[in-house]
Amino acid sequence: MSDKNVSFVRTKMLPQSEPPIGQRGVVKWIRENLFSSWLNAILTLVSIWLVWFVVSHLTPWFANSVWAAESLSQCREIRDATIGNGVPSACFAVITDRWQQLLFGFYPNTEYWRPVLALVLFVVGILPALFTAIPRKFLIGTAVTPFVLFWLLWGGSVWTTAAGALGFVIGYYAFKLLTDRAGLIVGVGGAVGISFAYWLFAAGPLGDALHSILPIGIQYVESKNFGGFTLSVVIGVSGIILSLPLGILLALGRKSDMFIVNKLSTGFIEVIRGVPLIVWLFTASLILNYFLPPGTNFDLMLRVIIMVTLFSAAYIAEVVRGGLAALPKGQYEAADSLGLDYWKSMRLIILPQALKISIPGIVNTFIGLFKDTTLVVFIGLFDPIGLTNAIRASTNWNGIYWELYVFIGLMFFVFCYSMGRYSLYLEKKLQREHR
Amino acid sequence: MSELAIEREIDRSQMKVSDEVAIQITKMNKWYGAFHVLRDIDLTVNRGERIVICGPSGSGKSTLIRCINRLEEHQAGSILVDGTELSSDLKNIDKIRSEVGMCFQHFNLFPHLTILENCTLAPIWVRKTPKKEAEEIAMHYLEKVKIPDQALKYPGQLSGGQQQRVAIARSLCMKPRIMLFDEPTSALDPEMIKEVLDTMIELAEEGMTMICVTHEMGFARQVANRVIFMDQGQIVEQNEPEAFFKTPKSDRTKLFLSQILGH
Ligand SMILES: Nc1ncnc2c1ncn2[C@@H]1O[C@H](COP(=O)(O)OP(=O)(O)OP(=O)(O)O)[C@@H](O)[C@H]1O
Ligand SMILES: [Mg+2]
Repeated sequence: MSDKNVSFVRTKMLPQSEPPIGQRGVVKWIRENLFSSWLNAILTLVSIWLVWFVVSHLTPWFANSVWAAESLSQCREIRDATIGNGVPSACFAVITDRWQQLLFGFYPNTEYWRPVLALVLFVVGILPALFTAIPRKFLIGTAVTPFVLFWLLWGGSVWTTAAGALGFVIGYYAFKLLTDRAGLIVGVGGAVGISFAYWLFAAGPLGDALHSILPIGIQYVESKNFGGFTLSVVIGVSGIILSLPLGILLALGRKSDMFIVNKLSTGFIEVIRGVPLIVWLFTASLILNYFLPPGTNFDLMLRVIIMVTLFSAAYIAEVVRGGLAALPKGQYEAADSLGLDYWKSMRLIILPQALKISIPGIVNTFIGLFKDTTLVVFIGLFDPIGLTNAIRASTNWNGIYWELYVFIGLMFFVFCYSMGRYSLYLEKKLQREHR
Repeated sequence: MSELAIEREIDRSQMKVSDEVAIQITKMNKWYGAFHVLRDIDLTVNRGERIVICGPSGSGKSTLIRCINRLEEHQAGSILVDGTELSSDLKNIDKIRSEVGMCFQHFNLFPHLTILENCTLAPIWVRKTPKKEAEEIAMHYLEKVKIPDQALKYPGQLSGGQQQRVAIARSLCMKPRIMLFDEPTSALDPEMIKEVLDTMIELAEEGMTMICVTHEMGFARQVANRVIFMDQGQIVEQNEPEAFFKTPKSDRTKLFLSQILGH
């Protein structure tokens, strides 16, 4: 053997070759994730069977669905003629026929653009509050949005809404002036008192006067014409937006050292939370009438919004209280030692952190609230579920159930899922920021 | 506990104790429920004094200095800070708190704000300093504690020593006349202890009135003008550092010193 021919190091590289089939790509993934053990393999097979069972039953129903028909019986005829006798087949023609009613209830059909525009404006208006990348000055637009939406939805003279909105401006300045002069409690009390006095005595005449000078208005729509998803969204969104600040105040109240504030907040939370929402809704629809002076016409929808708000505020309060309790005592002490007063330390130090912790719980409560708006069917409001009864009451669609519920379920899912995604986005973003 | 050596020469030219009284505590008592934590505390601190408080765990050191800015409430006796009496009057409390800076054992920075925002928050919202000016002040003090390059980070991204220096800078941004320290180094590793002590020494060199609860006896020896020993809620002994360490009078002080200095 001569040294010259033998090298200890390979002079030519081997060509690259793939790992064996069992160690790469799909096969590897399936082996590791679905069939790693006997138990895992059995579970995988059972799951596959279950999925197949459900899908194989539902697919024909969807695939054979009929989208154009005048009535349920016509749906059946079309199916028998084109697909086959008695084959499972959905009759989505009911959606094509009645979708407007499911979305808008009994809103005048020449005015459908208004709820649609309101929804668009709402989404645009709330963006600056949801995404901090948008310059803060747009928040002024967010503050104006509720009044624009109110006017769009109910209509009437623009001056009535403007005069009502002015009450908030008056309240705000009264609060600022009084708080500077006489402290917070006088400030809040005075501002609330002055605003209500204005709304009771001055807002109406002022609106009428302005309207007689310069009449601008759109068709007035009564609350009882609201229905379908318009109703659900109006109640749900109002409840969500109003219950957050109220819930935060209740949580702070429950943690407060002031005896009266503490006991009132605790009592309120426990009473509201301890009774089913449906009872509160009946209270809103029936019992409130006994307490109000006879002849006052206190809008039912407004009453429902108030009840839903109070109900969800009680839950929010508990969620936020959990967030407050999770903060280390040192944060409160550091804020105090820098000379920040109570409201400043809450606003700048404590709440931003406590709310961050509470995001999942808060969004969970909101999703619950939004779905609970379907309970208003029991006090005679026509939410989407209520409308299914109304639709079935017509001879054309007597006996149709699933197609309507699938549609309604899907609509609710879209709303609730978006809320869930937003909460995830927010959590991730705050996580990144604060580490 | 071993003593951390302070290597550099301390510049005493600005360290002057004036006759002006900064804090006057008379016959102060405090209870937690039935537990008598502070008993008949009498203490006068003049402007420019650097006082170190030491004593065994649970002797009430933290409680005492927390009473000075009303993080704890006292039940009897009086505390005057810069001539203002601490009572339940919220106006006085807020005034005193904005004059008295405090650093905690666990820093207590605000984790949702950047270092710069931590420092500018109180000047902007309490002193109503314009934002730009507040940021300049903040950068000035961050430079002083030698971390201006971290200004845009969040507290969670800094080491313990850096965080404590930010906490000191945050207090200084309020331009306090008195600084309180509650065991500022006891949650830190030795290396970081040094950087925090250096910052505190610089502060002392500029004539700041300081009260420090600490077990850093090297710091006490070289920087303090008075060392106070507390036990069971009482001030047992106080003296100049030289005399305090060389010739302690009470037996409790002797015992404590022998334990803490490790011989
Ligand atoms: N909030 C409280 N409620 C009841 N007792 C308390 C409270 N805070 C402190 N104490 C008690 O008061 C005593 C003094 O506590 P303090 O924190 O002032 O001690 P310390 O001298 O700072 O001790 P350490 O060196 O461990 O920090 C301790 O016995 C402690 O158990
Ligand atoms: Mg302590």
